[in-house]
Amino acid sequence: MSDIHEESDEKAPIKGAEPEGESEPDARTKPESLTGEAPSVDSGATEAEEDEAQLATTEPTAEVLQVRRGMFGVKGSGDTSGYGGLTRVVEFPAAATPPFGGWWDQVYDRIGALIPDFSDVITKVVIHRGEITFHVERHHLPNLVQHLRDDARLRFEFCSSVSGVHYPADKGAELHAVYHLQSMTHNRRIRLEVSAPDSDPHIPSVVATYPTADWHERETYDMFGIVFDGHPALTRILMPDDWPGYPQRKDYPLGGIPVEYKGATIPPPDQRRSYS
Amino acid sequence: MSTTDTTDEATEQDPFAAGGDAAEGHVYTVTGQDWDSLVSEQAERGDERIVVNMGPQHPSTHGVLRLILELEGESVTEARCGIGYLHTGIEKNMEFRNWTQGVTFCTRMDYLAPLHNETTYCLGVERLLDIEAEIPEKASVLRVLMLELNRISSHLVCIATGGMEIGALTVMTIGFREREKVLDAFELITGLRMNHAYIRPGGVAQDLPDKALDFVKDLVVWMKKHLPEYAAFCNENPVFKARLSGVGHLDLAGCLALGITGPPLRATGYDWDLRKKQPYCGYETYDFEVQTWDTMDAYGRFRIRLNEMWQSLTIIEQCVERLEKMRGAPIMIADKKIAWPAQLSIGSDGMGNSNEYIKHIMGQSMEALIHHFKLVTEGFRVPPGQAYIPIESPRGELGAHVVSDGGTRPFRAHFRDPSFTNLQAMPVMCEGAMVSDVVVAVASLDPVMGGVDR
Repeated sequence: MSDIHEESDEKAPIKGAEPEGESEPDARTKPESLTGEAPSVDSGATEAEEDEAQLATTEPTAEVLQVRRGMFGVKGSGDTSGYGGLTRVVEFPAAATPPFGGWWDQVYDRIGALIPDFSDVITKVVIHRGEITFHVERHHLPNLVQHLRDDARLRFEFCSSVSGVHYPADKGAELHAVYHLQSMTHNRRIRLEVSAPDSDPHIPSVVATYPTADWHERETYDMFGIVFDGHPALTRILMPDDWPGYPQRKDYPLGGIPVEYKGATIPPPDQRRSYS
Repeated sequence: MSTTDTTDEATEQDPFAAGGDAAEGHVYTVTGQDWDSLVSEQAERGDERIVVNMGPQHPSTHGVLRLILELEGESVTEARCGIGYLHTGIEKNMEFRNWTQGVTFCTRMDYLAPLHNETTYCLGVERLLDIEAEIPEKASVLRVLMLELNRISSHLVCIATGGMEIGALTVMTIGFREREKVLDAFELITGLRMNHAYIRPGGVAQDLPDKALDFVKDLVVWMKKHLPEYAAFCNENPVFKARLSGVGHLDLAGCLALGITGPPLRATGYDWDLRKKQPYCGYETYDFEVQTWDTMDAYGRFRIRLNEMWQSLTIIEQCVERLEKMRGAPIMIADKKIAWPAQLSIGSDGMGNSNEYIKHIMGQSMEALIHHFKLVTEGFRVPPGQAYIPIESPRGELGAHVVSDGGTRPFRAHFRDPSFTNLQAMPVMCEGAMVSDVVVAVASLDPVMGGVDR
């Protein structure tokens, strides 16, 4: 996974910066876009830019998170395998626009009725593979979940889990916290996704609404360093109390195996060659 | 025994304490064979309030769970859990292996329900691959068969160890006797007693061996003969009822607030079972009933587990019936870009690569060898996105939040383990109760530390 930050292209369009709203629900990623045309081995920066522009414009249904170049750890002119010339565009399903269909609209409209200016609260809705994800602006999260739990027509009374995801390429919103909510009354599931930048890793806690989030938030803090403001006792839960660093972050250094064989050492897993 | 008074000059340091550990009040460090002196010293002090570390190596805490109990005499005034002693970084490890190899990691999480871990992960991966409709029916039936066998073996361990902890040793011995039969079935079908890696993205690893269905039928007969023993030993046993009834009380509001699922939730009378409410693997086509109880205590949870084993048996019978009509049907998705290429067979020394298959890739077809090599070393790509498909594990809602960035490896896999979430109910169930009830209350949640700490 080292190539995520090492090879991430600063000029790649940022997730969220793309125009949204042109997609159909359950937008599919076209398989041919996973690996683009292989440019010449020593592709310069100008070629790369052209390449990106082309790839980005041909994919209106997806959001480009980053463009990765050179797979299997090969770079530069010594590459005869061709892997170094491969380009892969990392693109996530793009935002959907109403109407979404079925109960998704009921939930969306009800949130809209309960919360004034809710376009500031819910920045994006993604529908992918039959699951709906609401991207929530972090400061409004506690208010939103309070409504989600207490309103009779929403009634998401059960919080299944909180998990973190670290997207180093999503500049300005690297840390994501993902909440899976369950309405037992209506038998519906939704997902909330909240992001915070690495430089200010604060997200309000939802423990006041969902006491079950207590340990889940502690685990997410432990693994990602997301500080859940308002949590009653945000301490490490799985790692020892004095552990330095946050192990599930993508940039967390992994130990290599200092085995030597005729001068060669085995690098840590994130620095080994990979197809990703 | 060594004693340390933080206010006095410390005569002997606690050998296990980290440097600079500050403790309030008087500290006893118990090293064994010193109970008499410890008790007499505490009696002299006349202080009834005592904080006890129960675990992490206590036989009654189901593995390495540490309970921090503040006692007033024999009553628990405050209780907290200390977890993390079995954290192995499985989720992080999965990010450096391909999607199929992820199964071999997550199967080790909740080690009493390995097939449930595999299933929820594979369902998530299959949703991201958009191949949910292409999974062969036989693979789904095999999954259900294995899940229900696994539910029985897991509930048996819960009842067995729960019985042992309150002194019912016979329940423990017969529990493990029956569980061993289920593990024999696992060994016959998957090649392993646990850590199976049997359920794979796209289907299952291996078709049923010839004798498997007969073996499972015999197993059902055996279970039907022996399951009534548990009811006879426990259901109306006055000692058993006295220890379990009214202990570990948790009502529906408490369950929902704390995220409790599985038998503790159904013991409040609410028939929440994901197999019925949000069916997966074709559970909607099986005939079974969700078990509930209305006592909200440890006894109700025990009775639910007992009844669920009977329901699992009826599901297993339906699976066997279907599988008998499916001999030779595919067990892995037809798409060769995803289906695991290696074929296994059982030889004299156990399960290994099929000779026929090795002959084919090594001697007959270069393309087959390349295909095998590419898929096994590189793996398939999974389109970007995220999925969460929870299933009903023996302990409650088990789900894998699977995130892909389009690569050959999981970008992130997070498991919502029911043991982890359910353990949060320990303080609310134990505070105000007796020390002896703590053991029963924790056992009624059936936490598996492999799943809690991952």
